[in-house]
Amino acid sequence: MTLNAQYKASTYKLDAIDRAIIQATQSGLPLTSQPYHTVAEQLNLPPELLMERMQTMLDFGVIRRIGAVPNHYSLGWNANGMTVWDVTNAHIDDLGQQVGALEFVSHCYRRPRLMPDWPYNLFAMVHGKDRDEVAAKTAQIAALLGSNCHASDTLYSTQILKKTGLRI
Amino acid sequence: MWQMDATDKAIINGLQGGLPICEQPYLAMAKQFDISEDELLARLKNLLEQKVLTRFGPMYQIERMGGAFSLAALKVLEEDYEQVAEAVNALPEVAHNYRREHAFNMWFVLATETPSGIGKAIAKIEAETGYPVFNLPKEKEFFVGARFTA
Repeated sequence: MTLNAQYKASTYKLDAIDRAIIQATQSGLPLTSQPYHTVAEQLNLPPELLMERMQTMLDFGVIRRIGAVPNHYSLGWNANGMTVWDVTNAHIDDLGQQVGALEFVSHCYRRPRLMPDWPYNLFAMVHGKDRDEVAAKTAQIAALLGSNCHASDTLYSTQILKKTGLRI
Repeated sequence: MWQMDATDKAIINGLQGGLPICEQPYLAMAKQFDISEDELLARLKNLLEQKVLTRFGPMYQIERMGGAFSLAALKVLEEDYEQVAEAVNALPEVAHNYRREHAFNMWFVLATETPSGIGKAIAKIEAETGYPVFNLPKEKEFFVGARFTA
């Protein structure tokens, strides 16, 4: 087990300093030559301490990654389909793993059915330049699931109503 | 109209993670794109202004700090849609919200600092909108790796 994997086995407990750092950076990192120093100055913390805390949060997976969050519509990814599938319970974990491994699936989860309104227990996000591309990719998922899939649907997004990420 | 050039695309594709935690992280990354630190900063500023990027910085995973995420959906009548979207979006617990073509036409992700926060946020949305919330917390994560190429 690597050090990183050991960290990831437990939940990280935030203290007041971590919380202040998250609140100062959750909407973005300053675009200055020394962004961590800029944040440290705002928070009245030594920059070394701030960088050490952020590194620890990264090691624990509290920070997933540090970088750009694109607006996929602006990049020409115009068709964004949430594909949903009613998969036989006995096979969902194995099949979910296989669907998640498809290179065009960006998120893949098992979720509860809510009968009678919602019979689907597998969710896979599929993106494309247009709906034909999404449909072609979705057909690959259908082929993979085969007779273990009893119903499916694709819910295309038509508007981003909010996309701020988390706020604590 | 402004258009992305090859360097912008390289930045978008190459910087969706991996900004180092060090004295001058942008300088370290600029070298990778063969541009100066100033140019990288100016391009990132522009990409944010053009709304090609929605954000630049750390992405936090609330479950790793003991919190919870959930996906929830509403079936909203067209005449109420705008008002309900406003009420839902007003909650800081709502991290993102999408309109989708389906009887369930509003889908949002809740992120709360404690697991019990999900139920509280849902109760608040139901009280404010009068619509029942369909809560679909994940039971298992098979893959998360959204990466969009420019």
